[in-house]
Amino acid sequence: MSKQYETVIGLEVHVELATKTKIFCGCSTAFGGEPNTHTCPVCTGMPGSLPVLNKQVLEYAVAVGLATNCTITQYCKFDRKNYFYPDNPQNYQISQLYLPICRNGKVEIETEAGKKFVGIHEIHMEEDAGKLIHDEWDDCSLVDYNRSGVPLIEIVSEPDMRSAEEVIAYLEKLRMTIQYLGASDCKLQEGSMRADVNLSIREVGAKEFGTRTEMKNLNSFKAIARAIEGERERQIDLLELGEKVMQETRRWDDNKGESYAMRSKEDAQDYRYFPDPDLVPIVLDDAFLEEIRAKQPEFREEKMRRYKQEFDIPEYDIEIITGSKRMADLFEATVAIGSQPKKVSNWLMVETLRLLKENNMDPEDIRFSPENLAKLISLTDTKAINSSVAKEVFEVMFTENVDPEKYVEEKGLKTVNDEGALRKTVEEVIANNPQSVDDYRNGKEKAIGFLVGQTMKAMKGKADPGMVNQILKELL
Amino acid sequence: MANIISDETIEYVGILAKLELSPEEREQAKKDMGSMLDYIDKLGELDTEGVEPMSHAFPVKNVFREDVVTNQDMREEILKNAPGEKDGMFVVPRTFE
Repeated sequence: MSKQYETVIGLEVHVELATKTKIFCGCSTAFGGEPNTHTCPVCTGMPGSLPVLNKQVLEYAVAVGLATNCTITQYCKFDRKNYFYPDNPQNYQISQLYLPICRNGKVEIETEAGKKFVGIHEIHMEEDAGKLIHDEWDDCSLVDYNRSGVPLIEIVSEPDMRSAEEVIAYLEKLRMTIQYLGASDCKLQEGSMRADVNLSIREVGAKEFGTRTEMKNLNSFKAIARAIEGERERQIDLLELGEKVMQETRRWDDNKGESYAMRSKEDAQDYRYFPDPDLVPIVLDDAFLEEIRAKQPEFREEKMRRYKQEFDIPEYDIEIITGSKRMADLFEATVAIGSQPKKVSNWLMVETLRLLKENNMDPEDIRFSPENLAKLISLTDTKAINSSVAKEVFEVMFTENVDPEKYVEEKGLKTVNDEGALRKTVEEVIANNPQSVDDYRNGKEKAIGFLVGQTMKAMKGKADPGMVNQILKELL
Repeated sequence: MANIISDETIEYVGILAKLELSPEEREQAKKDMGSMLDYIDKLGELDTEGVEPMSHAFPVKNVFREDVVTNQDMREEILKNAPGEKDGMFVVPRTFE
């Protein structure tokens, strides 16, 4: 390759908002319902039904807009985007074209190449479509409208990104911001966050953008990175061969590591947008915006800075803990009860992460309370239980959120501090293991480990290993 | 009639609206659409300088609902409106992208 190319990327990110009900009707947004059990005349597009905006959707959209430095459109409306497809029962999607709720924002991202801003062109509110299932037997399609009318915001970036790293950093930034706001859980795998990548290439130094393609079906950060590399190479190959890039929508197949052009609908994309007469204009006064602004949480960057100042824990721990709002809240609440930050951090970083991974869970799924974690830490601090018992108790606490004090009491797991009883057990162990005793006396220091182990076993794990060690040395 | 609708235009509008028109219907639609556009042109003669575009006839704003589930399962009722039903879903002609 003789020429140097630059990749130009803009993103359209759809985020499913964490409301209890749909955007325009009182149907539940809960996952997993039987097909069409969360539907009503509004979200199935029955004639004569009247959509009414869910106020929480507006509040979330404004909160995300403020957090991403957007100008909020204080006179805002909904429009109809007209197209025929069976997953869209009204034959139009209610969306926003002319007056989207947020405009002209930006977020700062950081990659190895440094810090930069990515512009946000606009954020608009819209409704999700239903789900189509293809029935091979009867040669027909089946539609489930449970997702129809689930609230979405679409965040449209400026074409400001130049690499896969920047795209991932931007998505991470959006995800963290939105998760911290509680506006969505933003899970790519589950589709509550979906990113379409608009990508073009141009020769380094060129002023004009090249022809772009839009890539869909990207379900993980890894798939996004691979799709960007793949599409960049495909477009370069075309140009090097003297061919042209077609403006089209392509679908990424992450298993094959390649994309293909989606069957373009025969008619042109002519959506004939017009204002939705069923939905009245939204007029937001400054007081409303201030109210939302006042509710903005401490975001990740501020939190990281504060942790560095307030807590004596490693930077890596800070990064992991603040990487999830749930984890950060849990950490702060446990510390607030009085536990030592380093100890709280250790339980989160080691045992919690291990169990999350083993159970294929996200930090958001953590069930144990800060009170119980604080109790567990205090049980180990006072040496009421030893560290291996603590781990056992933690596992139970992790799955069932048991009160560790009660659990330890009920199961009789407290360390035996009765020195007399312990001394007696040690004496028995010494009597029963003459070989190890000889080994130790002949200078094999390691042999004592075996004797400690035997004593712990005899005590059913309920002894303080330090104390066992001490008594053993004394008696030997 | 000032606005003459071409065959291409009526064909395109027909595709967008998913309508198949007979030759007679097509001629009638061309006439109807032409006169509609004439009417719009007539409205266009008005001086609207400084007048804000209007999307709603009544001065109503900010009508919201609270985020509370109010609908129960009404699948049976809803599916009565379906062209066909199978496994609790709407049956439609085979569609895929």
